[in-house]
Amino acid sequence: MLHLDGVSKQFGGLPALSEVSFSVPRGQLTALIGPNGAGKSTLINCITGVLQPTSGAVRLEGEEITSLPSHAIARCGVARTFQNLKLFERLTVLDNVLTGLTVEGGNSMMMAMLRLPYLRHRERRLKLRALEALDHFGLSDKAQWPASVMAYGDKKRLELARATVSQPQLLLLDEPVAGLNATETEAVACQLRRLRRAGQTLLLVEHDMELVMKLADQVVVLDSGCVIACGTPDEVQCNPRVLEAYLGRMDATA
Amino acid sequence: MTRYDKLLYFIRLHHTGLTVCAFSALLLLYPLVQDNPYTLGLSNLVAIHVIIVLGLNLFIGYTGQISLGHAAFFGLGAYGTAIGTVTFELAPWPTLVGVAALVALVALIIGIPTLRLSGHYLAMATLGCNSVVHTVMLQWDEVTGGSSGFAGIPPLAIGAFAFDDEVRFHYLVWTIALISLLLCLNLVRSGVGRGLAAVAGDETAAEALGVNTRRSKINVFVLSAVLASVAGSLFAHCYSYVSPDSFNIFVSTDLVIMVVVGGMGSIWGSLFGATFITLLPEWIDIFDAYKDLVHGGVLVLVLMFLPQGFVTGLVDLIKTRSALRRSRHATS
Amino acid sequence: MYTTSDFFQFVVAGITTGAIYALIALGFSVVHNTMGIVNFVQVDFVSLGGMLMFSALLALGLPMIPGLLLAVAGVAMLAMLVERFGLRPSRSDNELVLIFLTIGLSIIIRGAMKLIWGTNRMALPPLSGNQPIHIFGAAVLPQALWIMALTLLAIVVLSWFFYRTPLGLAMRAVASNPTAAAVVGIAAGRIRLTSYAIAGALGGLAGVLVTPITTLSYDVGVLLGLKGFAAAILGGFGSFPGAILGGVILGLLESLSAGYLSSGYKDVVAFIVLLLVLFVRPKGLLGK
Repeated sequence: MLHLDGVSKQFGGLPALSEVSFSVPRGQLTALIGPNGAGKSTLINCITGVLQPTSGAVRLEGEEITSLPSHAIARCGVARTFQNLKLFERLTVLDNVLTGLTVEGGNSMMMAMLRLPYLRHRERRLKLRALEALDHFGLSDKAQWPASVMAYGDKKRLELARATVSQPQLLLLDEPVAGLNATETEAVACQLRRLRRAGQTLLLVEHDMELVMKLADQVVVLDSGCVIACGTPDEVQCNPRVLEAYLGRMDATA
Repeated sequence: MTRYDKLLYFIRLHHTGLTVCAFSALLLLYPLVQDNPYTLGLSNLVAIHVIIVLGLNLFIGYTGQISLGHAAFFGLGAYGTAIGTVTFELAPWPTLVGVAALVALVALIIGIPTLRLSGHYLAMATLGCNSVVHTVMLQWDEVTGGSSGFAGIPPLAIGAFAFDDEVRFHYLVWTIALISLLLCLNLVRSGVGRGLAAVAGDETAAEALGVNTRRSKINVFVLSAVLASVAGSLFAHCYSYVSPDSFNIFVSTDLVIMVVVGGMGSIWGSLFGATFITLLPEWIDIFDAYKDLVHGGVLVLVLMFLPQGFVTGLVDLIKTRSALRRSRHATS
Repeated sequence: MYTTSDFFQFVVAGITTGAIYALIALGFSVVHNTMGIVNFVQVDFVSLGGMLMFSALLALGLPMIPGLLLAVAGVAMLAMLVERFGLRPSRSDNELVLIFLTIGLSIIIRGAMKLIWGTNRMALPPLSGNQPIHIFGAAVLPQALWIMALTLLAIVVLSWFFYRTPLGLAMRAVASNPTAAAVVGIAAGRIRLTSYAIAGALGGLAGVLVTPITTLSYDVGVLLGLKGFAAAILGGFGSFPGAILGGVILGLLESLSAGYLSSGYKDVVAFIVLLLVLFVRPKGLLGK
C-alpha cells in the first residue's frame, strides 16, 4: 500500500533521514520504532507532506505522492494523529470529529453558502457518522462539550476518532499512548485491535515496546535516520543491531 | 412524543432559522414604531456596517489573518458606484455587481502574494492598499471630486420604486444585510465552514484533514472584500454623496474593533459589534473629546478579559462552565 | 528643466525622511523580534516624542539638548508602562489578540494626546538655526544634518547594545530561538520591557527630529509610523540592516517621485513599490 523508496531528508546539511526504504502492507499494522531522535517524526512528516524529502519517493498504491502538498495527500486517504495533540480547542467534540470529514463535506464555498437541500442531507449523514465514531470511542456523552475541557486521555481518543471517521486508506498514528496511564493505554490498544480487525492499514510510531510487540504485524526499526531492521516482532527482538541501538554497544557486547 | 416535545424538538432543530425569522420580523416592524428619520438613518448605517463586518469577521475569526484595510474595499465600492452611475450613467444594479467583481479582482491581486506569508505582511499590504486608495480619492480631482467629495448619486430603484427615503432604504439595506447574514450562517455550518474553523485552530492539523489552507484564506479574503464593496455601493446610494474621509484607515480600525468586540468567529457577534460600535458615539455624544478613549478602552478591555471577543468569549465561558458542571455531576 | 543640483536636493530630502523611517522601522523590528507581533503603538511613540519635546521647550523652558533627552526618555518610560500594564495583563499568547491589543492601546494614547495637547497643529523649532547650508548646489537645512547624525548615532548605540552587552545578547538569543532562550533562563519579562523601552526611545527620537520639518499634531505619527512599518517590511521584517535599508529606499523613492512626478502621489508610489517587492521577494529585501 505505502512504499518508501530511498527517502532522505537533510536539515541544513545535517542528515535526519538517509535512504529510508520499506513498505506498509495493506490491512496490517506496521510499527515504526527507534530511540529518541532516530527521525521517526521527521519520517511521518515527510510521508504526510508537512516536510518535503530531500530525495527519494513516497508512493501510495503505486501513485507518487512525494511532492504533493499536505492537504492533497490527505485527500488521497492518508489520515494522521499528532504527537502533541492538535485538536481544535474551541470547537465542540462533535465538530472536532466532523472536521475529520471535511473532504466529504464538499469544497465549494458558493454551494455551502446557499445550503441547498442536497447539502443539508449530506450534513445530516455526516453528523450521524461522526456520532457513530464517537460511540466507538466511548465519547458520545460528551459530544457537545468544548474540546478544551476534556481530560488528556479523552483528548487522545478524540483525536483518534477524528482521524478514523473518514475511514482512510492509511492511518498514521504518532505516539497514540504517550502520557497515558495503564488503563487508558489498554483502552487505546483495544481500539487499535478493533481497527486492525476491521482491515484498517496502520502505521504506528510508538515508544511503548510492550504495546508494539503485542499489536504489530511488522516492525521497522529506525536509528539515526537509517532503517536497521525490519520484520516480525519476534525477528526484530532478536536482532543484534536492534539490541545495540536500544541498549548501547557496551551492553550488547557484554 | 407529546406535542410539547415535538415543538421543543422542532425549535432545537431549526433554532438558527427561527432566530433569523424572528429577527426579520422585528426589522419589518421597526419603521412602524420608529419613524424618526435620524434614528432610521442610524439603523441603516448599522446595516451597512453589519454587511462589512460579517465578511471581515469570517476573515479574521476563521482564518486568523489581519486586514487593516477593509475601508479601502468599502471605498472602492462606493466610488465605483458613484463614478459608474453618475459619470458613465450606467444602471445602478449592474454597476453594483460589476464594481463588486472588480473589487474581488483587487483583493485577489493583494491576497495571492501576501497570504503565503505570516499575518504581518497582509496587515501591511492592506494598510498600504487603503492608504493608496484614500490618496487617489483625494488627489484625482477630475474623477473623484477630490476632498470635496462626489455628490448626486441616484438612489437605487426596482422598476419605478425608488429607495429614496429612510424607511424605504431601511427595507432594502436590511434585506441585503439579512441575506448576507444567512449566507454566512450557512457557510459556517457547512463542511467548508468547519474547514475554515480548522484553519483558525491549527494550520498543520487543518492541512492533514485535507483543507487547502492557502486557497481557503484567499477565498474568504475575496468574499469579505466583495461584501465590503456591496456595502460601499449601498452607502453611496443611501447618502447620494461620498467623500474620501469615510474610507481612511481609521475607518478600517473601527471595522476591526467591531469584529473584535462582537467576537472573532461569531456571526451573531458581528451583528452586536457593528451595532454597538456604530451607536456608541451617539450615547457618548456629550463627551465627543473622549470618543477615542472610549473606543480604544472598549477594545482593550474586551481583549484583556474575553480575548475571543465579547459575544464569542461569553458563549465559550458559558459552554465551558456548563460542561464542567455536568462532568462534576457525573463523577459525584 | 531639472538640474543635477535638483537631483541632489531630492536625494538629501529622501535620505532625511528615510532616516526617520529607519528609526521607526527599527522600533517595529525590535518588538517583533522579542514578541513576534506588530506593535502599532509605535506610531504614537512618534507623535508623543514631538509633543513631549514641545512641552519641554515651552512649558518647562528647557534648552534644546536636555529637552530632547527628556522627551526621548519620557517616551521610553511610557512605552515600558504600555508593555507592563497594557500588554502583559492579557494572559493570551495569541498573536492576533496581542496585535489588536496594540491597536486598542494606540487609539487610547492618541485619544489622551488629543485631550492633553488639543487638535491644533503646532510648530516645533529646529534643533539649531534655519539657515540652509549649501552642499553640491543643494540647500540643506541644519535639521536635516541633525537627523542624519542622530540616526547614525542611534544605530551605533543600538548595535553596541545588541552585540556587546549581556542583555542585548540575550535579546538576540530570544529573537533567533525563543525556546532555547527560555531553557537557559533568560527572563522573558525583562526582555519584553527592554524591547519596548528601545522601541519607545527610537520612536520618540524620530518624533522629536521630524516634527520641526513637518508640523506637530496628535496624529502626525500615524502616517509616518505606517511608512516606518512599510520600511521594515520592505527590508525584511525583523532584520535590523533591512529596516535601515528599507527606510532609506522608501525615503528616496518618495522624494524622487515627489520631485519628478507629483507630490500628491508620493505615498502611492511608495506603497506600490512595496507591493511589487512583496510580489517578487515576499520576505523583503534582506529577510531570512
